Amino acid sequence: MPVLAAISAGGVVGAVTRYGVGLAWPHRPGGFPWSTWLVNVTGCLLIGVLLVLITRRRPDQRLIRPFWGIGVLGGYTTFSTASVDVLRVAPGTGLAYLGLTVIGALLAVWAGTAATEAVLRR
Amino acid sequence: MTVLLVALGAAIGAPLRHRAGRAIRARHASTFPWGAFTVNVAGSLLLGYLIGLPVAPWLAAVLGAGLCGALSRYSTLSPETLRLVRDGERALGSAYAAGSVLAGLGAAYAGLLLAQTAG
Repeated sequence: MPVLAAISAGGVVGAVTRYGVGLAWPHRPGGFPWSTWLVNVTGCLLIGVLLVLITRRRPDQRLIRPFWGIGVLGGYTTFSTASVDVLRVAPGTGLAYLGLTVIGALLAVWAGTAATEAVLRR
Repeated sequence: MTVLLVALGAAIGAPLRHRAGRAIRARHASTFPWGAFTVNVAGSLLLGYLIGLPVAPWLAAVLGAGLCGALSRYSTLSPETLRLVRDGERALGSAYAAGSVLAGLGAAYAGLLLAQTAG
């Protein structure tokens, strides 16, 4: 039960932050959805950092991953908006957005993981 | 006000994703992340449907930005893909990433069409 509560609370923090980014950086209808792209890429960078930190430093903490990983970053990043966004823009823009999101997300996780591992090794 | 509605949807969506993902994983003993895949595709279908209706702004905040947003996530797609590739499951990792993106897109489109024909 505390695990589910931590996930729920974290999800609220993440989703509200995502909503705030969308308000702060709105894209015009039909334009490239930069705010969703930014949210997903930064969220993936942070999950890369977090996964290494948990594994190396706090493997015994029961609520860190539910709150920060599954909750905050799960609520912050969104897959459904990324899918629907593609349908709301011109096909060329949609294809570019799709590709840049997948590649950006993969590079971000890799960068977050590699940078954190490098810092912890020092 | 809208921000509270987003928060409400997310408070339900995030634990629901966790529970649904676990229930699906328990049924499929496989290295392919079926839990995350299914939840992401389902979230895309529902969001496509909501956009297609379309629903009132307050409902879009609760169910769209809140529930669907927290239900689906990108922060598992890329780590899982990378993990599969590192474990030597390169083909499975590529299939997971490409399959998720294509299925999500198809589900969003199906939801949109469903809403338009039903409404």
